[in-house]
Amino acid sequence: MSKPTTLFEKIWNAHVVANEPGAPTVLYIDLQLVHEVTSPQAFTGLREKGLKVRRPDRTFATMDHSIPTVDIAKAGSISLDMIDDMARKQLNQLVINCNEFGVKVYDTTTTERGIVHVLGPDLGLTQPGTTIVCGDSHTSTHGAFGALAFGIGTSEIEMVMATQTLLQYKPKTFKVDYVGALKEGVTAKDMILKLIAVNGFQGGTGHVFEYMGEAVRSLGMEGRMTMCNMSIEGGARAGMIAPDEKTFAYVKGREYAPKGAAWDEAVAYWRTLKTDEGAQFDKEITIDVNALEPMITYGTNPGMGIHITEAVPDPSVIRNVNERSSLEKALNYMDIEPGKPLIGKAVDVVFVGSCTNSRITDLREAAAMIDGRKVADNVRMMVVPGSEDVRKQAESEGLDAIFQSAGAEWRSAGCSMCIAMNGDQLSPGQYAVSTSNRNFEGRQGKGGRTFLASPLTAVASAVNGVVTDPRTMIN
Amino acid sequence: MEAFKTLTSKMMPVPINDIDTDQIIPALYLKVTSKDGLVEGLFSNWRYLPGTKTDNPDFAINKPEHQGATILVGGDNFGTGSSREHAPWALMGYGFKAIISTSFADIFRSNSLKNGLLPVIVDEETHKQIFSLIEEDPETAVTIDLVNQLLTLPDGREVSFPIDEFSKKCMIQGVDQLGYLLGMKDEIAAYEVANAK
Repeated sequence: MSKPTTLFEKIWNAHVVANEPGAPTVLYIDLQLVHEVTSPQAFTGLREKGLKVRRPDRTFATMDHSIPTVDIAKAGSISLDMIDDMARKQLNQLVINCNEFGVKVYDTTTTERGIVHVLGPDLGLTQPGTTIVCGDSHTSTHGAFGALAFGIGTSEIEMVMATQTLLQYKPKTFKVDYVGALKEGVTAKDMILKLIAVNGFQGGTGHVFEYMGEAVRSLGMEGRMTMCNMSIEGGARAGMIAPDEKTFAYVKGREYAPKGAAWDEAVAYWRTLKTDEGAQFDKEITIDVNALEPMITYGTNPGMGIHITEAVPDPSVIRNVNERSSLEKALNYMDIEPGKPLIGKAVDVVFVGSCTNSRITDLREAAAMIDGRKVADNVRMMVVPGSEDVRKQAESEGLDAIFQSAGAEWRSAGCSMCIAMNGDQLSPGQYAVSTSNRNFEGRQGKGGRTFLASPLTAVASAVNGVVTDPRTMIN
Repeated sequence: MEAFKTLTSKMMPVPINDIDTDQIIPALYLKVTSKDGLVEGLFSNWRYLPGTKTDNPDFAINKPEHQGATILVGGDNFGTGSSREHAPWALMGYGFKAIISTSFADIFRSNSLKNGLLPVIVDEETHKQIFSLIEEDPETAVTIDLVNQLLTLPDGREVSFPIDEFSKKCMIQGVDQLGYLLGMKDEIAAYEVANAK
């Protein structure tokens, strides 16, 4: 019998093109996703060297980061005339580059356009057992399908464009076992924020997480994507979940999914993609989901997270000088007091969106909680679907009307306020409860302060105008 | 890519832990289509006074005693966050050729090596010693010898640092890694034939 292997090793081994002494592994890449911000210099590199995109059939581009979102009630839809010169030049350059190199681009004229990590799964491009890269660290999202997916830099984008391969040292494996069952009001977002809080936001460096356990199995594909999305916030370039019936049902029938006999063959292979009994991981951690509460971050990295009922840590009781100074710096930036919970802290903006939490089930959950309620007067609430397809789906279910009648903005698709480069941003000093993935200084706008949380916590906080435990608003 | 063999320089101290890519170069500066124009954005949340483009005199980059440093010494876990290669481009655009820290985020380290910006990992004690040496005398210089993977402190102490053999070879020769992959075209074609669906 062969040695038991992990899910990661199975996919890695199936993609090794060459392994020469003194060099990293040459790893085959099945799919490259492209967006406007990290790709232009890669296309320029190809042009300068006289190279082509080797597999345009495995390369797909979209517009998400620098493209603004608009309030649908006011503007109807987005067009490139509405935006600043630099962003427009960058977006136009993407179209020029894709046309020149034969790459399909989902631009503003398409209904599929959206955040790259929402688009891939939407179109059925994201499939189990594949290797997926994109010049974006949240490429880890696609691991939810049992794919090996990770973010790369622009030099690597160019390498994949030119050769469909990458040079990679084999990362180590890290098992994250979630035991127990989720309580009401506690979500996938809370599961991943908890891991990052206990294991540290660099705790996964050099590793690939595999999320396991009944609590993970109980999640739908969107929740699994939320978890894998934030693997990078835990330091790991990739996170994975073994595919199962839910995965196959999600992929089936989508535009790029295998069809007919090819589908049956694919599913038969996909069923083999799981970690064998007895396979060894380099590291392991267990998270007790029974005791898990809604999570919220209080600081300036995603590891600075607590149960929403817990007190913000007090630097004066921390003995490690390094940790103490980091915490003091963070609390100073956030201008919050240690030693008490964040509940009751006034917020200015609530953002529901980003590649972490902008899928249809996120929007349904948020809409169900806000239905019949109002956004507090002091709060601006923005709901930004992850793709134009998600937007259309939500509108067909009447979710837009629910948000709008509650006083929230319903906007066109994009990265929006997750990354302050497209006009959607906080003003200095403002506090936001955000469903996005990063709370770094200035991430959502210079001087802005971010509390990361689930869509439920975000909505509850929008309604009360202060940080709120969503469980107090569930009947 | 410029070849990197040895470097002797004074150092720019930024003793802040977990310096993320949004601090190195905020997203607002990423609307470029080339590698130029990024230097203005380098550490812009910290190097300018709030709401202005006026230099913050307290930030290391603006202090006269640190001018001319081509080695940046950052706190622990340098370069965490996004995959933006604009971070090493901005650092190199400013003139940095090496970064010293106790640890680096994976993608940042990978991006840096591909551009000839050398991440030098040192132990905690050496890291602390370097910061104190700069505080005592900002002119303190160290020598980084990539060929022998040694960092030499002013007292002559040599500290070895890790780097993978392949990246080291590419940096010493000043060649990019794409060339190696282009040389694999037969193997890649064979893989594609064997795995055609």
